[in-house]
Amino acid sequence: MAQIHINNVQKVFKTPGEDVVALKDINLEIKAGEFVCLLGPSGCGKSTLLNAVAGFALPSGGEITVEGRKIIAPGPDRGMVFQEYALFPWMTVAQNIAFGLEVQKKDKAEIELTVNQLLELLHLKDFRDRFPKDLSGGMRQRVAIARVLALDSPIMLMDEPFGALDALTRRNLQDELLRIWNKLGKTILFVTHSIEESIYLADRIVVMTYRPGTVKRDQYVDMPRPRDPSSAAFNDLKRELGRLVMEEQQRHANDELKLAAVD
Amino acid sequence: MLQKMKDFAHGALVPVLLLMLWEAGSRAGLFSEVLLPSPTAVAIKWWAYLMPGQPQEAGQSTLAWMFSGELPHDAYSSLFRVIAGFLIGAGLALPFGLLMGASTRIYALFNPLMQILRPIPPIAYIPLAILWFGLGNPPSFFLIAIGAFFPVLMNTIAGVRQVDGIYLRAARNLGVNQWTMFTRVILPAATPYILAGVRIGIGTAFIVVIVSEMIAVNDGLGFRILEAREFMWSDKIIAGMITIGLLGLFIDTAVSRLNNHLLRWHRGLEH
Repeated sequence: MAQIHINNVQKVFKTPGEDVVALKDINLEIKAGEFVCLLGPSGCGKSTLLNAVAGFALPSGGEITVEGRKIIAPGPDRGMVFQEYALFPWMTVAQNIAFGLEVQKKDKAEIELTVNQLLELLHLKDFRDRFPKDLSGGMRQRVAIARVLALDSPIMLMDEPFGALDALTRRNLQDELLRIWNKLGKTILFVTHSIEESIYLADRIVVMTYRPGTVKRDQYVDMPRPRDPSSAAFNDLKRELGRLVMEEQQRHANDELKLAAVD
Repeated sequence: MLQKMKDFAHGALVPVLLLMLWEAGSRAGLFSEVLLPSPTAVAIKWWAYLMPGQPQEAGQSTLAWMFSGELPHDAYSSLFRVIAGFLIGAGLALPFGLLMGASTRIYALFNPLMQILRPIPPIAYIPLAILWFGLGNPPSFFLIAIGAFFPVLMNTIAGVRQVDGIYLRAARNLGVNQWTMFTRVILPAATPYILAGVRIGIGTAFIVVIVSEMIAVNDGLGFRILEAREFMWSDKIIAGMITIGLLGLFIDTAVSRLNNHLLRWHRGLEH
């Protein structure tokens, strides 16, 4: 029994010129505890699909259910980590992590306990009273992850969370994420355009096509972790997925050139 | 420490030089003593204005006596009017601005009226203020409140409108309701704008208080310099003006300190 059902999902954006079909006939079933990457070039609708699961922008057709309930709005059962971190800059690290729990009117002592555990888990103890402006990008994303973990939601949605980080910080946070995922067993739906990142992290990679966004390949990754990006198996898969993604990227590039020619 | 003293000496250079030129000119008889008294005459007058006029009475505390002079009384009266008028004006502008910024319907309803009223300088309300409120503090409060109202209102509206959508999305994802969104996300996200409005509003309030004291009351720094003119006491006029400058500096420093504290989370602020 899958946890997230994505049934025949369509998403059409109405624009003055023409309607853009961002998602078409998407069907996916995601099991509890699965780590799924949505992979594809810009404009393939991977973020649109994630936002639909989050409840920020509902599909134009079809439906998404989580644990059998249809998604109609955002909610703390599906915590989201944004590429831009989206930490509240007027709150300290600890206040940011506690905020979701205060919203749920949790007991003070309980909040304090959870916040301390998460500060510990994400190695943020020394930063508890800092404001986000004083943190590096990697540290900020740790706080954003802790803020979502505080909700104790079964599902974690991540929209290119490490896209703005340098390569070393990125690898470091990928390892942290895997460690946390192993420990807490959440379902993770992770959007990225990095082929290597998706192979390094995911149980399953969903490659999407460029406009309209459909599922091009639903690929399970059968490699033990920690995965070695220099291994032969890793690179075979990387080559294979790279070919798929580049086909779509080429269509994206052609479209952009066409648009530029019209201007 | 040494660097601070150096900076201070550097900043004092031009004022001190100017004062010396002015003093020398006065002593040489270049300026009329009635129209432009010498700096020392002004300083002496300022001191007399500052110090208690009566000997200390039995039972009066030394502190109360120290502040029983004309200047402390005037400065206190002016400051009181600024704060009271500002609190009325900003107190109305803040909730109103939050509503106008958050709801396009309320904005569309009230914006035309605001745009018509906003360009009217508070000074132009003086005749009405006297008709409506008579003499004394009330017309002052009214004029100062109007002066403070619009800067705070406009900045609050702008502040609410510029709140980055990503904070709203993050908050909705965490499951906040409307009220929490307003008090814990939109309001703090708008504070940099609101406080900029507060600073402009206080500045306007301070201009208006001086003018309002020239019409309807019989104390305060604005009243004092106009009264001094009647007697041709130009030394007292200048002493009063310097006091106005010092009080303005004091208010602005206090507001700026408050800003720095409230915005200690904000990027680009040194602390």
